[in-house]
Amino acid sequence: MQVPAPFEYERATSVDQAIGLLERLGSSARLVAGGHSLLPMMKLRLATFDYLIDINPLHAELGYIRVGAGEVRIGALTRHRELLESDELAAAFPIFRDAERVIADPVVRNRGTLGGSLCQADPSEDLSAVCTTLDASCVIRGPGGAERVVSMGEFHVGPYETAVGDGEMLTEVRLPVRPGGGSAYVKVERRAGDWAVVSAGAAVWLAPDGTIADARVGLAAVGPNTTGIPEISAALRGREPAEKLYEQAGAIAARSCDPATDQRGSADYKRHLADELTRRTLRTAVARARS
Amino acid sequence: MTAVQEPRTSTFDDNDQKPVGFGRMLRKEDPRLLRGRGRFTDDVQLPGMLHLAILRSPFAHARVVSVDTSAAEAAPGIRAVVTGAKLAELGLAWMPTLSNDVQAVLATDKVRFQGQEVAFVVADDRYSARDALELIDVEYEVLDPVIDVRQALAPGAPLIRDDLDGKTDNHCFDWETGDADATAAVFARADVVVQQDIVYPRVHPAPMETCGAVADFDAVEGKLKLWSTTQAPHAHRTLYAIVAGLPEHKIQVIAPDIGGGFGNKVPIYPGYVCAIVGSIVTGKPVKWMEDRSENLISTGFARDYIMRGEIAATRDGKILAIRTNVLADHGAFNGTAAPVKYPAGFFGVFTGSYDLEAAYCSMTAVYTNKAPGGVAYACSFRITEAVYLVERIVDCLAAELEMDPAELRLKNFIQPDQFPYETKTGWVYDSGNYEPTMRQAMDIAGYAQLRAEQAEKRSRGELMGIGISFFTEAVGAGPRKNMDILGLGMADGCELRVHPTGKAVVRLSVKTQGQGHETTFAQIVAEEIGIPPADIEVVHGDTDQTPFGLGTYGSRSTPVSGAAAALVARKVRDKAQIIASAMLEVTVADLEWVKGSFQVKGDPGKSVTIQQIAMRAHGAGDLPEGIEGGLEAQICYNPSNLTYPHGAYICVVDIDPGTAQVKVRRFIAVDDCGTRINPMIIEGQVHGGLTDGVGMALMEMIAFDEDGNCLGASLMDYLIPTALEVPDWETGYTVTPSPHHPIGAKGVGESATVGSPPAIVNAVVDALKPYGVRHADMPLTPSRVWDAMRGRATPPI
Ligand SMILES: Cc1cc2nc3c(=O)[nH]c(=O)nc-3n(C[C@H](O)[C@H](O)[C@H](O)COP(=O)(O)OP(=O)(O)OC[C@H]3O[C@@H](n4cnc5c(N)ncnc54)[C@H](O)[C@@H]3O)c2cc1C
Repeated sequence: MQVPAPFEYERATSVDQAIGLLERLGSSARLVAGGHSLLPMMKLRLATFDYLIDINPLHAELGYIRVGAGEVRIGALTRHRELLESDELAAAFPIFRDAERVIADPVVRNRGTLGGSLCQADPSEDLSAVCTTLDASCVIRGPGGAERVVSMGEFHVGPYETAVGDGEMLTEVRLPVRPGGGSAYVKVERRAGDWAVVSAGAAVWLAPDGTIADARVGLAAVGPNTTGIPEISAALRGREPAEKLYEQAGAIAARSCDPATDQRGSADYKRHLADELTRRTLRTAVARARS
Repeated sequence: MTAVQEPRTSTFDDNDQKPVGFGRMLRKEDPRLLRGRGRFTDDVQLPGMLHLAILRSPFAHARVVSVDTSAAEAAPGIRAVVTGAKLAELGLAWMPTLSNDVQAVLATDKVRFQGQEVAFVVADDRYSARDALELIDVEYEVLDPVIDVRQALAPGAPLIRDDLDGKTDNHCFDWETGDADATAAVFARADVVVQQDIVYPRVHPAPMETCGAVADFDAVEGKLKLWSTTQAPHAHRTLYAIVAGLPEHKIQVIAPDIGGGFGNKVPIYPGYVCAIVGSIVTGKPVKWMEDRSENLISTGFARDYIMRGEIAATRDGKILAIRTNVLADHGAFNGTAAPVKYPAGFFGVFTGSYDLEAAYCSMTAVYTNKAPGGVAYACSFRITEAVYLVERIVDCLAAELEMDPAELRLKNFIQPDQFPYETKTGWVYDSGNYEPTMRQAMDIAGYAQLRAEQAEKRSRGELMGIGISFFTEAVGAGPRKNMDILGLGMADGCELRVHPTGKAVVRLSVKTQGQGHETTFAQIVAEEIGIPPADIEVVHGDTDQTPFGLGTYGSRSTPVSGAAAALVARKVRDKAQIIASAMLEVTVADLEWVKGSFQVKGDPGKSVTIQQIAMRAHGAGDLPEGIEGGLEAQICYNPSNLTYPHGAYICVVDIDPGTAQVKVRRFIAVDDCGTRINPMIIEGQVHGGLTDGVGMALMEMIAFDEDGNCLGASLMDYLIPTALEVPDWETGYTVTPSPHHPIGAKGVGESATVGSPPAIVNAVVDALKPYGVRHADMPLTPSRVWDAMRGRATPPI
């Protein structure tokens, strides 16, 4: 049994009460959502916090998937499993189900949350790549109910660092719904449940004439944060979907990413995967957008 | 000796007619284990029990300048803080290893690997103990570490073992086997010689239950009770007696249920000794359970062999000789668990299943700043490395000769009439009939169709590989004339007692870690004396309750203790026959044993059951002249030879050419372990071992960075396979009984772990043939396979 350093623990009774506690306790306090990133770090004593505020009692308030006409809203405490099982979400954004099928294992998915995944800001986090791909925005709530909405690009400010300040919490993720959309996610892992060697998400929106109105690619594990690559979007917009085009996008992905050699693989290999997986996900995303 | 007929049922079907003897039946221990009612070391709770935690070195190589424990001693709930210096005062700072080296219990002078034990704390609870470790202030003077094993003997390499008198380098031992000159002569005249460097990387057994102990020293009785995760309780007891100077009859070692061993629980670890010292100094029971990271970084690793293999053959594919040179990394202390005269374990069987003219191996073992150990992980004392070497190099030869690898193997097998067969390295294979085993595997696989499918796929640019491995194992250590561990002969005791009502208890020295001994041994006794397995209690794991023997590892339980159980049962049956003759008023010679009863020959109506005989043995009235009451016996079995199981494995893989991910599509395993006692248990052992093989071949490796930091310190970094990485195993069997084992059984616990990695690697290399790949080292992660596809396969170390 791996034993964390001593800490105090309180269960949240409301979002604002949790924010109040965070504000009062400052950086020595952390929210615990699914706990599947935070607790392993604490047990390994890679991180120590004096206070944990458990937001699981707020699941009724913060665990939801609302699919609207122009937008999908997902509560920060929505669990991996709920994201995996939601048919409505899969219909709007098949990328979610693709990703959730390869995130961790059922035990982790039963507890781990969307908010925890984004706030952990691990460069290999799959849901961060999904949200980057879908151009999500994040709702951050502060003291006194003040809310601000930031883009994924602004949300992740570095590895393991987000725009969420002391005394703030992520409450919701918003995903714009546009017509003609299709999306997909692919991950290469050394073993089921392992973190990505590299993974890629792609989303395309086709114009009525079949050309690409817009497209986005999000990559995980190839840089300090999950990366959306604007150059790919620019290269794809207005073009007819075709293998040649995916190759071009793949080449941009390989060139634009910044992977490091580690136990999961060499930088060269990861760069190759950025290319290969970009092509694969674009292909699937276009096929889905067409059907 | 006849093969037992088994019904071809699903693996999970129980046999309604529970066999009174051999056959498929559910495991007796499973209701307890599956319902969470097992009792493991960490379940032991004693009144007043304290908890121990160990401070470990963050550095691979450093001088311990000072250790300040004052803050830790002052922390709440702390009962004792013990350093290497304190242990030195007690004469306990160093202990012998199983290979006649010494290992630090707590560091006194230097730390020699990351994770080495430096001090321990005993506290009221586990949390306080762990927290107090943070308060111990150790000043280290960091030294250059020796991490690259190839550099360990380089002039000027930092000296690791300056604790050993007169030691000036990192040399651990040299070893050779076979005939160097004869082998050189054969190589000189061979048509074809193939050479290949082959690395078996360091891996870890990673049992689900980590290591631990509860020590309870009673100062009044002078008795030490030690619950611990040990595969060899009796050997441990004797070693504690020798090391700690406690009288052996005052030491009771209890191995309760064990959550997986795989060799990880053979050595004596510093933690066990710390728990004992902790109990002695506090006067209370003390529990130590290591956590997952501690298990991975500090306990017995396996493999770590850098091998150069050479094979010589004629142009038409007759293998003539095999030669190998090995550089072995033994870590900071030589903690290898192997019979003393076998410093390289049984690596000498690297000649495999082939009839050779010559063979030679030379080996150099070195010290490095890595965790000690060396033999662990279901390896049959280094046969894993040996089989990997020969089965990989044979495939390299097949590629060179452009010959089908199955055909090459079939052409070179030792033939049935050559057994007993003495290899060129001096091992006497007891029995074998290799071709039918190989043919069966090929039949199940549909080998010819697979090759056709592969050709078709290749023409479309798809990557499909078929890999074969054929292994011969050497298990059941061993004959006491040449096998001992630290002077303890490797023979096993066994006791059997039949109660008046005909129920029985059999007491074993071996200790199951999941192998199903409580079932298998009841079945062995049942087969011999006809008492149903359900009526036979198997007692094991407690040195006060069981006879002496060397424990469970190296697939030795069935070959050694299984023989003991059969023979002790026959002894009881012989006595029962005498009593039966009196009961039936005939001579002993007039009686015939029909499983479960003695009948008067030619008069089946006149018979007595073993249960009736048991009652008579304990009951009123006189027994035959010279026969004592009771129905029990004991024995100590000394095997005359090892047993040599064999098997043919075929693996089919598909590789995604875009991502280089390997998918094991099919795996066919045909095992021959001699007489099959419980086929369901055998299949379970095989399934587990094959899964191990997938892990080693595709993902497992304990890696280090250049500073000696262990990069596999958690199960996030050290990957072990899950059900999703393995196919539905397709198993088959042949039965070639061992001629010298009383029931012809050979042991099977490690066969699959030994035999499967080469099949998988051979399949991957076969799949990559279009890329001109002839060899790629494990672990074959996607990144490493991709490198191989680009013509730059690199060794992992
Ligand atoms: C064995 C294992 C395998 C895994 N494999 C994968 C994988 O393949 N892919 C993958 O993407 N992930 C993987 N994960 C991570 C998993 O998805 C985690 O659940 C997730 O990263 C964190 O979610 P959580 O709810 O558990 O967050 P927690 O661990 O509870 O929290 C993580 C961090 O976020 C903060 N936080 C949580 N919620 C909020 C909020 N609403 N506002 C502000 N801060 C908040 C916490 O304070 C903490 O700092 C794995 C985890 C494990 C244990």
